[in-house]
Amino acid sequence: MDFLGFLFIFLGVMAFVVSAIGIIRMPDVYTRMHVGTKSTTIGTILVLLGACFIEPTWSLKLLLLAAFILLTNPLSSSVIARATHTDGATLEVDEMKKEQK
Amino acid sequence: MFELVIIILLISIFITLYRFLKGPTLSDRVVAFDVMGIMSVSLLVLLALYFQRSLYIDIALLIGLIGFLGAAIFGRYIEKGI
Repeated sequence: MDFLGFLFIFLGVMAFVVSAIGIIRMPDVYTRMHVGTKSTTIGTILVLLGACFIEPTWSLKLLLLAAFILLTNPLSSSVIARATHTDGATLEVDEMKKEQK
Repeated sequence: MFELVIIILLISIFITLYRFLKGPTLSDRVVAFDVMGIMSVSLLVLLALYFQRSLYIDIALLIGLIGFLGAAIFGRYIEKGI
């Protein structure tokens, strides 16, 4: 049980490392938002599941926290994306405009 | 075993802090702030496992709530102004 929990925690932290590298590497704000939301959601869910396996008595609080993150993380990403689009940010590589030319 | 994972997570938080300090526009900084909030929720859960204190999970829940409110309020500020 401890080994399974530690495996889940390690996979979740690897998702966080992918997210941090992507936030440095990506060229504009929309792609940074993409890499900063999806992989951190899966990373948090994996870390909390691993913590549930290691300490089963805390699992109610941990599952509540996981449900909260799963509900609010896409919502905040959507709010920031809509505000950025209203503010007038453009894509660095725009495939649609390339095809029209 | 937990020390290695906590140190890797701290390194990725500092990498995200670089984008927060450098980011060209306000939206970049808000995205980096949101990601740092989510990462520190996981960091507090790992610290709760390491020190065997369940109190830290309540603080993680509070940080998640405040991070979501901050992102929503900054989104409204970018869109409409004060």
